[in-house]
Amino acid sequence: MSESRCMSNEVERLKEIAKKIRKHVLMMFMEAGSGHPGGSLSVVETLTTLYFHKMRHNPNDPEWSKRDRFVLSKGHAAPTLYATLAESGYFPVEELRSLRKLGSRLQGHPDMRRLPGIEISTGSLGLGFSVAVGMALAGKIDAEDYRVFALLGDGETQEGQIWEAAMAASHYRLDNITAILDRNGLQLDGPTERIMSIEPIAAKWLAFRWHVLETDGSEIGEIMKALNEADNIKGKPTIIIAHDVKGRGVPFMEWNADFHGKVPDKESLSKALQELG
Amino acid sequence: MRFKESRSTRDAYGEVLVELGKKNENIVVLDADTSSATRTKLFAEAFPERFFNVGIAEQNLIGIAAGLATCGKIPFASSFPVFVPGRCVDQIRNTVAYPRLNVKIVVTHSGLTFGVDGATHQSIEDIAIMRAIPNMMVVVPADAVEAKKAIRSIVEYKGPVYVRLCRQSTPIVYDEDYLYTLGKGITLTDGDDAAVIACGVMVAEALLAAEKLRAKGISVTVIDMHTVKPIDEDLIVKAARKTGAVVTAEDHNVIGGLGGAVSEILVENHPVPMRRVGVNDVFGESGETEELMVKYGLTADHIAEKVKDLIMRRG
Repeated sequence: MSESRCMSNEVERLKEIAKKIRKHVLMMFMEAGSGHPGGSLSVVETLTTLYFHKMRHNPNDPEWSKRDRFVLSKGHAAPTLYATLAESGYFPVEELRSLRKLGSRLQGHPDMRRLPGIEISTGSLGLGFSVAVGMALAGKIDAEDYRVFALLGDGETQEGQIWEAAMAASHYRLDNITAILDRNGLQLDGPTERIMSIEPIAAKWLAFRWHVLETDGSEIGEIMKALNEADNIKGKPTIIIAHDVKGRGVPFMEWNADFHGKVPDKESLSKALQELG
Repeated sequence: MRFKESRSTRDAYGEVLVELGKKNENIVVLDADTSSATRTKLFAEAFPERFFNVGIAEQNLIGIAAGLATCGKIPFASSFPVFVPGRCVDQIRNTVAYPRLNVKIVVTHSGLTFGVDGATHQSIEDIAIMRAIPNMMVVVPADAVEAKKAIRSIVEYKGPVYVRLCRQSTPIVYDEDYLYTLGKGITLTDGDDAAVIACGVMVAEALLAAEKLRAKGISVTVIDMHTVKPIDEDLIVKAARKTGAVVTAEDHNVIGGLGGAVSEILVENHPVPMRRVGVNDVFGESGETEELMVKYGLTADHIAEKVKDLIMRRG
């Protein structure tokens, strides 16, 4: 089979998984009645590609010391991480319905002490990325070859700590960390460029001496290629700026800042689920 | 009373880190450009591959320490308390305390006694802040001997710990061979008229106060409450029952620190008249340590005055 046929088969396989994950996410919001749908939907393709194609990990051994690590620095996208972990086999898919309910292992933001597969508790923006840098540093100390992936929000880069961590990753030459920036253009109060402009964002990361790649965040093939390219960059970390659509996959939520932290009514969600097929 | 010698708790910290680093290769040390001051520099020289100076970036300091902890390391993160926790309460709370990661936060240059750098550097609120964070142990050693024992103990303990040391040389209160247990206060002198519960640099002052008061026929129990959280409730209640009057002493605001912690226990279990010696909710200023202690009410004389005050009111 030709390489491009292999690639397109793989992309099709991942698209099917992404569709399942997107449906899980919508179902979870229907059950929970609260959460952050916009920024959860925009990262479905990225998480699918990471867990089902790129990362070395074992759902039956979440503590495996040689595993690749994933840090959801934009912790409010927890539902997508949960759905991805469930589909991977870290816990039963049925448990997804318990999102945000009292006593649930699926807390509103990821809790590493309750749920297997969560590398670090996140939720307060700007914090997870430094932790990812610490994990990558541990990898270098121990001469392990695991990789650390960190998913950041674009609004999140308004936090100064992100740049402290970026500076450190470059200073320590951490080529074993790959960051992905969910560039969906919106934050809670509106467009990032109106609230506190982060552009030129690619130039900023270049200035911090990172290798910078840009992709379409909805194109699995592009994400795959970018992740592979990052593996080959030595002596500096890589960031993939994934241009995304907040609320992707559900037309009435796309590009809509209202759905950063507000969940649509059950009827609209039900309709959206039907439309996904 | 003459104390045998004086040493700084931060020198003790620097030395004991090297001692522990030799025994345990999982210990890593981080600093935020205060390494020469906190003495983590000694560890840096001994084990350069396990030392990380992250520069003037305290939030990142804590995050990186947390990340190292998730990979089985025992990170010691050091700075001054105005900066840690001052700059990074969110990080300590959400990345270390909430997931209960094994990060040891050890700061030096605490309190008003920091001295000449002035108010912006004199942390008088850090015990209050750290005490109110769940899962966080808070330890304030009295002298260089106790500082080493405390640091050795917290390596064995699994969980987040905050240790508060100071800048200056302070009198050595302890012999090398006394028994130290985290969470268990130490009764240094026995007396019936009042109890003085102190931590950190104020323990030596409390002992001096006890000596002055003895000369006036007043006998005082002095307790070193090195672990402010979890605090030794039994010992506090026992002292209150025995003496009927309690004075606390700390190089910290009278609001929310050791004084606050002791009040909480007494009010619920055995309320007795109480006074707090500390900084009276004001910012400090530049000055020599000794002068500041006199001006802001942190000396043996101040402790003795409060004890006499309580006893007089008792009549």
